[in-house]
Amino acid sequence: MKVAVIDYGMGNVFNVERALQAIGCYVVITNDASQIEEADAILLPGVGAFPQAMQSLEQTGLIPLLQKIATEKPFLGICLGMQLLFDSSTEGMPTKGLGLIPGTVERMRAKRLPHVGWNSILRDEDVYFVHSYHAVTDDANIVAEAEYMGERVPAIVQKGLVTGMQFHPEKSGAFGLSLLQEWKEAVEREITTRH
Amino acid sequence: MLKRRIIPCLDVKEGRVVKGIEFVQLRDIGDPVEIAKYYDESGADELVFLDITASTERRQTMLDVVSAVARKVFIPLTVGGGIRSLDDISSLLKAGADKVSLNTLAVESPSLIREAADRFGSQCIVVAIDVKFEDGEYYVYTYGGKQKTELLAVEWAKQVAALGAGELLVTSMNQDGKQSGYDLAILERLREVVDIPIIASGGAGNAEHVVEALEKVDAALLASILHDRKTTVEEVKHVCTSHNLPMRFVSTKMD
Repeated sequence: MKVAVIDYGMGNVFNVERALQAIGCYVVITNDASQIEEADAILLPGVGAFPQAMQSLEQTGLIPLLQKIATEKPFLGICLGMQLLFDSSTEGMPTKGLGLIPGTVERMRAKRLPHVGWNSILRDEDVYFVHSYHAVTDDANIVAEAEYMGERVPAIVQKGLVTGMQFHPEKSGAFGLSLLQEWKEAVEREITTRH
Repeated sequence: MLKRRIIPCLDVKEGRVVKGIEFVQLRDIGDPVEIAKYYDESGADELVFLDITASTERRQTMLDVVSAVARKVFIPLTVGGGIRSLDDISSLLKAGADKVSLNTLAVESPSLIREAADRFGSQCIVVAIDVKFEDGEYYVYTYGGKQKTELLAVEWAKQVAALGAGELLVTSMNQDGKQSGYDLAILERLREVVDIPIIASGGAGNAEHVVEALEKVDAALLASILHDRKTTVEEVKHVCTSHNLPMRFVSTKMD
């Protein structure tokens, strides 16, 4: 299975690549439209600030392609890449996102930010978070959430073929890899159905 | 709920872990990958590699170590020791480090903290502060504890947090190596003045000492008590749990 990891200059893509390779994916780190179209699935990584990330994505000219492909193939956003899936963010100046999942990205209310470290999701398994903004979206789009200083933190979101993980599965030990593995298996099922 | 973190610290010299643990499970006690895998499986929440290579050949060797570990171990990796420039940081992050720990460089060029945080993100910039209590004040030391500065730890901590550091790694030189417990007073004072996570280092002799530190701050760095087999990560975590500290336990095993 070939995964295109979108290279747009926001953060370290190499650890995402290593984790995908560890579960047996073939990975291309690319901003080339034909490579992206050839891939079985798309992964949008990202670390940093939302406005700069959207600006960098715009400079690649890939936004219309990514919006189209997200309706055709499995598409995973990680950390800031997850936040970019939503309609808009209030980080810095209000900025439009990719609009693949309805909702907004807003600053968390917790006194101590960033929310950094291991926090539990799903069946009390811990994953590694680093962020100060979080998604605000309909419960129907939330697959898993964490709790930080009394606030709900959407951890895994999903709508159609689009999935987002606010934490870093590539840094969340064996459990993080198992979540990537589950995504990979879902992609493989989707490929079988598609053909 | 956010967990407190236990972070083993490994000294690496010329690509080999020194003072490594002598566990039978490890075929090669100096191999960074083997040791990192062992600690990952025993529940370490992150790993710190401290490069203590003296020679000028250090850079490439450490990059090789980081890259080899990052292919096998999928928890946050921090690298410290001898980082002299933004280029050094960039190379380490590309090799697979998630964070770098800056000490002397941060003191000598504080503006580099801001530049590094802007370029790579605050989340990967840890500032290590070596503190020594002298004449009623906590002073900051550099060059591995050899050089005293005029900086006061509390002021320096506020400054580095304002410059965009993501976390503080605070080592008490008075307590380091004594195994009689952390310097809780400085941890408490720093906790009051900065909101970024604080990692306590220096002085742990047993799991109860770790509990005392984690009641005040976010994470504890452990070296000799693990390497000397006085205790294990798992055991420390169980003791912490019995004191109602939230800890992470590993239930998913790697294939």
